[in-house]
Amino acid sequence: MDRIPILKMGDFLLVTIQVDLYDQLAENLETDLVNAVKKHNSKGVLIDISSVSIIDSFMGRILGNIGAMSRIMGAQSVIVGMQPAVAMTLVELGLTLTGVATALNVEKGMELLRSKILLSDGQSDDDDDNDTE
Amino acid sequence: MTTTLSKEDFLIVKEQDVVPFRNKVKDAAVKTGMGILNQTKLITAASELVRNLLKYGGGGTVAIEAVNNGRENGVRLVFSDKGPGIADLSLAMQDGFSTGKSLGLGLPGTKRLVNEFNIQSTVGEGTTVTIIKWKNG
Repeated sequence: MDRIPILKMGDFLLVTIQVDLYDQLAENLETDLVNAVKKHNSKGVLIDISSVSIIDSFMGRILGNIGAMSRIMGAQSVIVGMQPAVAMTLVELGLTLTGVATALNVEKGMELLRSKILLSDGQSDDDDDNDTE
Repeated sequence: MTTTLSKEDFLIVKEQDVVPFRNKVKDAAVKTGMGILNQTKLITAASELVRNLLKYGGGGTVAIEAVNNGRENGVRLVFSDKGPGIADLSLAMQDGFSTGKSLGLGLPGTKRLVNEFNIQSTVGEGTTVTIIKWKNG
């Protein structure tokens, strides 16, 4: 069965989707990523979709799921590099990917991921403070 | 008056047929000289409809046609299945309605992506969806 490779880089997981997705491939990625977050205790997931020329409602939903599932597992996720035509088509289709963090490219995505992780770490520290009060 | 310049049938029976089918649609769109945005819209629409064909219609055929309306060229796709058909078409065309567990964006969203959209369905006989995307549409 075809799978999209997931690379581990420190606290992050890196996924570069280089092929056009079909449903099973997207579903496998969703499962593999959530398992990889658990296995590697990852704090962040970065998905590069700059080579993806088509995202329809199913794949859009998978991307949303990945964002939601990572968040529930305690990891942040960012999707980077969406092609302009894909973004325009998605919005017209009615899928605005609310709840999914996005960035223009990998560099900006990494920045966003780091700042999100700092923020969430800060928040959990605050929570701890509240508990002790 | 829309005339057909060329026509090719593509058989869809399994999920693995979807990627080669999308590539065929892309080739047809490129041949008309369609820009990248309209290409993307057409292929996305085709991707939605071919999923319906597989999921609800149990597979079927898609005719990929190069068409001309006297002013410009375009691509017409005719999706035919012999599945259970759709009982209430107006309901199926509503945003957010789905009998499956999807988002319900497929049909209404697809309609927004193309220039012409026609759906005919008979319960027990099957469903035919026809879409056209014009080069500059």
